[in-house]
Amino acid sequence: MGLAAIFSLLAQTLRISVPYGLAAVGGVFSERSGVVNIALEGILLQGAFCAVVGTYFTGSPFVGILCAMVGGLATAAVHALITVTLRGDQIISGLAINIIAFGLTRAGLRTLFHSASNSPRIPAPNFAQARRWPGGDTPLGEILYDPLFLLTVLLVLGAIWFFFRTGLGLAVRTAGEHPEAAHSAGFSVARLRWLGVLASGLLGGLGGAWLAFAQHSFTDQMSNGRGYIALAAMIVGKWHPLGAAGACLLFGAAETAQIRLQGAAIPTQLLQSLPFVLTIVVLVLWVGRSIGPAALGRPYDPEGEG
Amino acid sequence: MDVLSFGWCAGAPLRRTAAYMLPILAALCVALLLATGIALLLGVAPVELWRLLVSRFGPYAWGQVLYKATFLIFTGLAVALAFGAGLFNIGAEGQAIVGSLACALAGLAFAGAPGWLQLPAAVGAAFLGGALWGLIPGWLKARWGSHEVINTIMLNFVALALSNFLITRYLGLPETVRTAEVGSGAFLSRLDAWIPAMRGSAANASLWLAVACVVGAHFFLHHTSLGLTMRAVGRGRRQSWMLGISPGPRIVLAFGIAGGLAGLVGTNFVLGYKHYYEDGFSGGIGFLGIAVALLARNEPLAVVPAALLFGVLSQAGLVVNTLLPREVVEILTGVILLVFIVGEQMRVRWKRRRGALPPAGGGGEEPA
Repeated sequence: MGLAAIFSLLAQTLRISVPYGLAAVGGVFSERSGVVNIALEGILLQGAFCAVVGTYFTGSPFVGILCAMVGGLATAAVHALITVTLRGDQIISGLAINIIAFGLTRAGLRTLFHSASNSPRIPAPNFAQARRWPGGDTPLGEILYDPLFLLTVLLVLGAIWFFFRTGLGLAVRTAGEHPEAAHSAGFSVARLRWLGVLASGLLGGLGGAWLAFAQHSFTDQMSNGRGYIALAAMIVGKWHPLGAAGACLLFGAAETAQIRLQGAAIPTQLLQSLPFVLTIVVLVLWVGRSIGPAALGRPYDPEGEG
Repeated sequence: MDVLSFGWCAGAPLRRTAAYMLPILAALCVALLLATGIALLLGVAPVELWRLLVSRFGPYAWGQVLYKATFLIFTGLAVALAFGAGLFNIGAEGQAIVGSLACALAGLAFAGAPGWLQLPAAVGAAFLGGALWGLIPGWLKARWGSHEVINTIMLNFVALALSNFLITRYLGLPETVRTAEVGSGAFLSRLDAWIPAMRGSAANASLWLAVACVVGAHFFLHHTSLGLTMRAVGRGRRQSWMLGISPGPRIVLAFGIAGGLAGLVGTNFVLGYKHYYEDGFSGGIGFLGIAVALLARNEPLAVVPAALLFGVLSQAGLVVNTLLPREVVEILTGVILLVFIVGEQMRVRWKRRRGALPPAGGGGEEPA
């Protein structure tokens, strides 16, 4: 295999890993604050749909990205309202939100685009000037100079800085480890958790936008389990932004292998289940080595009755 | 997890029944209100919607409701039974797929066997196939402590891919995504044989099997020592360990039985309706099973009315197809779930405030 082939493989892996990475780091924000976020699947889906709607009706991918962030935030806000403010069960809330997201996006697909399966083609963000930069016309350069990719890298680094170098980050982590302590330090646990969940919505929405731009359209159920796999990556990454992003590269590599091996001796359908099987295996291997925030999944009631 | 570990409510039978029917009736009201709201939003006159609903719910539609409810009784039980042992079974979809596939395979393999053998073989295979798929997350949980939520979700995707692979490669008839017909000895009779008015609806004798499973699950959970210890594990793994109850085997068993019950979906689809397996038939019945189990508060007997409710909802979605987008049913299901968990949380807090329940934190349940 030549160097060019390796670079193109690497570029494809990075490209595929971006939505996983955004969703997984989003998961870190939500779960570090103490809220399990199965709703990431629905957030990705809504983000993708909103990106397509925004881009299609304005012709501007930039507006699409903004719409995706708003869509992700709105979906996450429902999760925060139910689980943080109203203290409902976090896993069920996430599943319910995913069911609603499936329904809403499919209904939207049929009413806006008159199709049950996919939207019309939309333009992806185009960064033509990057092509003139050194290496900008190679597959690897194309992704490395992609502003959305760079934003993802910045978000991962920013998340590390936020969680481990700022007071607010410490407070958010405390809300997930020991909410009573955060409360007695004068923080509102509910606000910290809202912050965590909303951040996951923003990141997940961006991830959805990337998915939509990668295939230039929205297709029904296009998130295809990525939100759940991102959660697994987050667990493997020990609820640390860098670890989660690293684990996403692993899942991205698995998906790249799946795409590259198509047409080889292994049947497509079995290859398609590769990321899912890998998730199960990796989760088993990481049991005991990865321990989540202590108060994860536990609603917090400042009156001490909850 | 307190919302979910609620067992059999205490009190007189009538009060108990009322306590179980309340969330189901409330969900029905929420659905009707919301559907009316959506209709108004889309500029459809609610009166028209109501008239359409009432006029289309004849005997045939009720037959279809029973057919859909049969699926949901099986998957709802699969979720409720696992919940009883403190386990989230989000994998009923995959278990139903593998069970139905096994059901059709046994039906095909035994097509030449004597008639009396065909039905038990196919029903047994449905249970075993589903149980096999359920045992995987059960074993992963008991042996390795790997959390079942993500595992069961992943196994749903794997089951979908496996079914697609087997059908397109080996089992499917050319140009279709279905198998050949199973032996006629394994057919279950349609309900329209007894109730002619339901002519054409897919409701079949699998419903009786579903009801028998409900009674069996109720008896198992509440009247056998194994069921009791299983629920003890659900209430608190550490405490049950201290009482000398080993959680591992009960977790595996609970997942095995749950998977088997979901697998019995195959009797309804394969043996009762189509007489063959078709790739992609399941379409969310596993996820609806979660909704059914929740509204039934994990009590097997209450699974029947909850399954009927969602059966009515999905039939209603088809009926009003011309006025509202059919995805309304999915949206309603999600909203019902959200309303339910919030309501349940408020009920528990209210009871606690009155001192009827111990304060939180006493259950010793480890977080997800």
